Amino acid sequence: MELYFFLAKAVIILVIFGITLLIATYSTYAERKVAAFIQDRIGPNRAGPWGLLQPIADAGKMFFKEDFIPANASKWLFIAGPSLAMVTACLTSCVVPFGSTLDLRFLGIENLVPVQGIDVNIGILYVFGLVSLGVYGVMIGGWASNNKFSLLGAIRAASQNISYELAMSLSIIAIIMMTGSLSINQIVEDQDAFWKWNVFRQPVGFIIFIVCAFAECNRTPFDLPECETELIGGYHTEYSSMKLGFYLFAEYINMFVSSAVISALYFGGYHFPGESLLAGMLPDGALGHNLLTMLGVGVFFGKILFFIFFFMWVRWTIARFRYDQLMNLGWKSLIPLSILNILVTGAVVLAWPKIESAFAFLN
Amino acid sequence: MEALTNRSKRVSNKKLSLGEKLYLPAVVGGLGITIRHFFKKKVTIQYPEEQRPMSSVYRGLHVLKRDEQGRERCTACGLCAVACPAEAISMTASERKKGEEHLYREEKYAAVYEINMLRCIFCGLCEEACPKQAIYLQSDKLAPSFFSRTDVIYGKDRLVQSMETITSAKSVKSGLTTSDRYVDKVWKNGKY
Repeated sequence: MELYFFLAKAVIILVIFGITLLIATYSTYAERKVAAFIQDRIGPNRAGPWGLLQPIADAGKMFFKEDFIPANASKWLFIAGPSLAMVTACLTSCVVPFGSTLDLRFLGIENLVPVQGIDVNIGILYVFGLVSLGVYGVMIGGWASNNKFSLLGAIRAASQNISYELAMSLSIIAIIMMTGSLSINQIVEDQDAFWKWNVFRQPVGFIIFIVCAFAECNRTPFDLPECETELIGGYHTEYSSMKLGFYLFAEYINMFVSSAVISALYFGGYHFPGESLLAGMLPDGALGHNLLTMLGVGVFFGKILFFIFFFMWVRWTIARFRYDQLMNLGWKSLIPLSILNILVTGAVVLAWPKIESAFAFLN
Repeated sequence: MEALTNRSKRVSNKKLSLGEKLYLPAVVGGLGITIRHFFKKKVTIQYPEEQRPMSSVYRGLHVLKRDEQGRERCTACGLCAVACPAEAISMTASERKKGEEHLYREEKYAAVYEINMLRCIFCGLCEEACPKQAIYLQSDKLAPSFFSRTDVIYGKDRLVQSMETITSAKSVKSGLTTSDRYVDKVWKNGKY
């Protein structure tokens, strides 16, 4: 029955991949709608009902535009840049647990099938590794363009991403110490009750993480690599047609993935309040189990969509940081704060058995 | 220096407090402002389907008026052309022949009357200069955009009021003189 397990896995991976692309596509539409609504406008509403076909029209436009490569650009690297950005963005979502497990015994699969691409025990490391690879896409693209604005944008992107990756990983360490595992699945399982969500246990870590996530995705207020007023378009100044489309699309995929990671690490992933209560009411066996899992998947996507909205909400609220402010915030505030957070968390984790026994009389 | 109004704000260069340095309270406040706008009524007007009512004093596309019997009012006196600051109007006068009394109101008429819409600045001085109340700038019609330079010069074929509008109900601005001009009720009611 290994074959069936493999097939079920393949279906899950394909569905996750499809949903990733779909959400990224419609994020472009949502971005324009949210921007419009916040600015008291209506937004795109001509292509299809409520403008729902707008992303398809945009993609069609991108495909049919002239695909221009500057004469002095390094041709292969120029093509490699957007491809790398796209590939690394797409690879990241495979370790995110989108739901608990599916009971597929009626298909003859003995083991429960987790709704997750691959459950690796170093899931979170894998995510960080790919995120840091994502810088290469920007860096190579900016360098290969042979244009000083592109190069400046690429340098900004690289230094910004490296600086904020530090604070980001340090803020995660506190969670890893509490959970004792690098697997995202384990971290989600650990937050099985509402008050155990990491956002309540690690509020400082959460704020650091979300700020760094904004910086990693090159989103406002940290969109210095592509700020139009200073650098024309930053690293993608020379890009046109679908290569530019890939860069923009990769940004939205990154946004989706970071929303997923934020909800998994800090907001209980596919857990929701009242889950155990509901589990008692649902029928026993495969049907009840699968229903609960699907509901969890729905809840998880709800959380992801909220965070995508939050990304956009912030974008249309806060102005861009100056570059020295960005570096000051990263190196002088966020990194010391996250180190402090690690120390405090470590002390509490070490002292926890003693604290528990001291307050044992309360139970 | 004494302030002229009480509207000016005194600026200070004091250091930010710790709470302000955190940025977070200010960020949350900003998010509150934007989310309130998110649910506000939208100000967009869906243009081709939905149009703003125009003021009755709006100066749009020109029209050469006819009188009640359908005769052209213009006598080709040239005062509009003289008044025109952009020199957009040109005309050729001609004498009315026998049997043409139903076409032209007076003995002289404009055989050719042209307005160059690229030169026209829609100031309405022609309308004020006209002693025969023959030229008006319509408040409900805009000069359309052009796709070729030959379309730009409007001759009598496109300027003279069509016969149907005389017999049918009065158009928005038929026969309005300058003193009749008033701001539309829509404007006064403050919808826009």
